[in-house]
Amino acid sequence: MRIYIKFEINKTCKKILEDQLQKLGLEYSLISFGEVDLKSNITSKQIQEINTGLQNYGIEIIESPKNILIQKIKDTVIEMVYMDEKLPTFKTSTYLAEKLNHRYGYISKMFSEITFTSIENYIILQKIERAKELITITELTFTEIAWQLNFSSMAHFSNQFKSTTGLTPSAFQRIMQRKKENILEEK
Amino acid sequence: MNNEPIHVLLADDDENDRNFFVTAFSELKIKTVIHVVKDGIELMEHLAQDGIKLPHVIFLDLNMPRKTGMECLNEIKKIQHLKDISIAIYSTSASEQDIEDTFVKGANVYIKKPSSFATLKKILKEVITLNWQYHTSGLNRDNFLLSL
Repeated sequence: MRIYIKFEINKTCKKILEDQLQKLGLEYSLISFGEVDLKSNITSKQIQEINTGLQNYGIEIIESPKNILIQKIKDTVIEMVYMDEKLPTFKTSTYLAEKLNHRYGYISKMFSEITFTSIENYIILQKIERAKELITITELTFTEIAWQLNFSSMAHFSNQFKSTTGLTPSAFQRIMQRKKENILEEK
Repeated sequence: MNNEPIHVLLADDDENDRNFFVTAFSELKIKTVIHVVKDGIELMEHLAQDGIKLPHVIFLDLNMPRKTGMECLNEIKKIQHLKDISIAIYSTSASEQDIEDTFVKGANVYIKKPSSFATLKKILKEVITLNWQYHTSGLNRDNFLLSL
């Protein structure tokens, strides 16, 4: 037998973090997703201890300032793309610059240097990933998905989906459906 | 995100094609470590060794003697510690039906073998960078499908 579950990744990570930090007796507060404020300075040995406790969960402390910036950019993009409501229509470059307090040119250069891809491509990738999720776990139509993710039209959405994945949204949906049936059959 | 090279495993019985791939990889700006095997049997034997560094992605030629790419794909997907490795299948023939069937069986990437070296380089770069995103950005691997 096979059951399907849905989980809220933010909640999961938060709970794991809290458990681990409490276990080490540290006073802390969680500022935003991926940022923790510790009430006192900790030693490198304690950092090591936190990392050891977290590594089983695929969570680790990021230390280099460059990597911290990259992670913040990624988190901001994800936060934007995963808003429950319709995606905001403001310019993402302005939004990122304000939110991260750096010139967009700097952010963009850093990002390309470290991740092998541009911020623009990363945003498109995240939007398409979100679209894939909406296609597989909701009953929304492609038109509704296109609207929610701020594509100017259904055609624009389909084109972007096709150029990112090589597949049309309907082919993707059909394949995922068959994959699911395939797994069920094998059980 | 870090400087760890990307490990690539390539299975192809054609020596020219293998050289083509290896050269293309070496000309990319991304740091890769490539291990090459000559057919499906060799591939499965390589993966069965204890303590090897598992690849981030396996490139599989569909038509190989002794054991085809599709047979390897089926086997890999049944082995617990291997089933999460990204699989990129490539073939000279590519009907829509073949592509979809390959995805249904668990492949992540389907590549129509290009005729020019420049196109191959472009394709490999795309596969490696996208795979890297799935690796480092916590994307849902179940949804990783790319047809090129």
